[in-house]
Amino acid sequence: MFEQAKRGDSLRVSTYARPPLAPISRTCFTLSVITEETPLHAPLEIGFDYTRSLGPVLTHFMTQLANRRITGIRGSDGRVHVPPVEYDPHTAEALTEFVDVSDVGTVRTWSWVSHPVEGQPIQRPFAWALITLDGADTALLHAVDVNSTEQIHTGMRVRVRWADEPIGHITDIAYFVPADAGEERGDAPTPPRPPATERAEDGAVSTVITPIRLDYTHSVSPEESRYLRALAEGRMLGQRCPECEKVYIPPRGACPTDGVPTTTEVELPDTGIVTTFCIVNVPFLGQRIQPPYVTAYILLDGADIPFLHLVLGCEADEVRMGMRVRAAWKPREEWETSLQNVDHFEPTGEPDAPYDSYAHHL
Amino acid sequence: MSNVAVVGFAQAPNVRNTQGTTNGVEMLVPTLAEAFEQTGLTKSDIGFWCSGSSDYLAGRAFSFISAVDAIGAFPPINESHVEMDAAWALYEAWVKILTGEVDTALVYGFGKSSAGTLRRVLSLQLDPYVTGPLWPDSISIAGLQARMGLESGRWTEEAMAEVAARSLADATTNEHAQRSGDAGVAELLANPVVADPLRAHDIAPVTDGASVVVLATAERAREIVDRPAMITGFEHRVDSPSLGSRDLTDSPSTRAAGASAGTDGVELAELHAPFTHQELILREALGLDSGVRVNPSGGALAANPMFAAGLTRIGEAAKQIIDGTAGKVLAHATSGPALQQNLVTVMEGIR
Repeated sequence: MFEQAKRGDSLRVSTYARPPLAPISRTCFTLSVITEETPLHAPLEIGFDYTRSLGPVLTHFMTQLANRRITGIRGSDGRVHVPPVEYDPHTAEALTEFVDVSDVGTVRTWSWVSHPVEGQPIQRPFAWALITLDGADTALLHAVDVNSTEQIHTGMRVRVRWADEPIGHITDIAYFVPADAGEERGDAPTPPRPPATERAEDGAVSTVITPIRLDYTHSVSPEESRYLRALAEGRMLGQRCPECEKVYIPPRGACPTDGVPTTTEVELPDTGIVTTFCIVNVPFLGQRIQPPYVTAYILLDGADIPFLHLVLGCEADEVRMGMRVRAAWKPREEWETSLQNVDHFEPTGEPDAPYDSYAHHL
Repeated sequence: MSNVAVVGFAQAPNVRNTQGTTNGVEMLVPTLAEAFEQTGLTKSDIGFWCSGSSDYLAGRAFSFISAVDAIGAFPPINESHVEMDAAWALYEAWVKILTGEVDTALVYGFGKSSAGTLRRVLSLQLDPYVTGPLWPDSISIAGLQARMGLESGRWTEEAMAEVAARSLADATTNEHAQRSGDAGVAELLANPVVADPLRAHDIAPVTDGASVVVLATAERAREIVDRPAMITGFEHRVDSPSLGSRDLTDSPSTRAAGASAGTDGVELAELHAPFTHQELILREALGLDSGVRVNPSGGALAANPMFAAGLTRIGEAAKQIIDGTAGKVLAHATSGPALQQNLVTVMEGIR
């Protein structure tokens, strides 16, 4: 797995198949030939439960949904908006007059989904429709459960199929069915329900939670790919910017100073110094080490840009700027295309580097 | 108001799937270099930088910060970003130049649409209380809009196919196009619907890409190119996010932006219409008659790099002025579902 910022448990990066291992090389030399390989990529799933507080209009709407009722709001032109809007779309006036409407309505337009995506209200082919509920003047966007495009048309009457346990969320309207539909089609497959939120004493729903999950194929640059593949072989591989000649590890698709890709590969040792550090005393979600411990910027010998890593192997209060450190590698059988192959850095016991030698790397 | 001009435009190859990162660096480095070569400017000549991109498209936080690496932003630069199509970044840059603080600006947009499932990711731009949680995909929403027009008699399948046929034919001479072809209307209509009522030709492709536009004050512009594309009208407007309360067969925000920008005498228009029927809505709202040449580049139906395609419309239209092939052009950009937000810029070849 390649390095990836983690925020709580919401971000996961799956692992790669482990590449074949090669002998460890820790000597410094420069490669003049760079072989082109396909950049590394991996599935990336991100997720977050968006928790949103509601104003008075949507609080009323969601609370009514929890009671299997649908409520709109009257605009300044007298039209009833369903779903309700908080402010008039034309005058921007704050709206307050709630109007209960029917859970039966008329299809104004529709489109067909033959391959539903994750999270959509019906997990088999279905129609989206704009539906004007009886008593409303604007249309609600929702799903209609019919088995083919032959079964739906503009002007068709549809009614709400309520979720079994309404919680005060738009998905309490599970989907719509033709108004005259019997039970022959059965329940449509639906996505997981969002979590219910805590209700006020009077039952008001003042918060909604909407879990969002997204899937990506995350790619790293060609330069980063070579660096990660080298790590899988126990090597630290940087690259030199052709213009400013700084050595970057990890190498970059563009030198942040010059805007050109780093090119010449530079094999770096796994020793270096602590440029600056902080002592972590605060526990947080997902923490792997018992505080206090030290997170430090490590500048490898021969590199110009430090990277963040852990310093262990001594008391936190013994870590110093300029302290010499060496990588403590995990057992070889655990190596992946990741800087996590280095479990941490630990002191070498050598004399500290003088401040002037790293002042310009801070 | 004729004191800012477009002086350069470059774009990355528009492709279905680039191997590059979602921060766009691999697409931007050569494209920025091309814009510099075209204008003779260097990084240090640029007074202000503004970009358009989206973290939701990239699947990572602050992806636009990584993109800044492509500039080589040291010593520090004067930089901003919009989470919108970069046409809106260009608006910000235009305002920045009008303030008199800077006399040049470089605008770029980029998007790796292929990293996720684009039509699903785009549902996150919807109202997050009553619409977004249902995950309506962008193609389905456009389908609702298309059917409204078809059933009300506002347009026909033939008219939609004509838009596709003309766009794809024009795209055959655009080396940057992702999709092109010479199929006629009858041939296109023989294809099946893929998202009823839409056929494949009605839907812009999923595109990875990037583009760059360089702006300068009139004085600087004349030093850079013989025939700068002077911006003589610029406006952007928005319609309600409540889809069910809009007349989806019309675009009042485009009409208002066009009226403000001033469309009289426009010879050519680059319209950002990711769906065929949306071009029909835009032409009507902007009052473009049949004499106006629309989308000689092939438009978004030929390539639709998210967060760059609107900026590309401005670049393509400006190029027609800079090349001397047109005297007054219009460029349009859209953002949001079913043409919710619209931007119109008018450019003229005046010195």
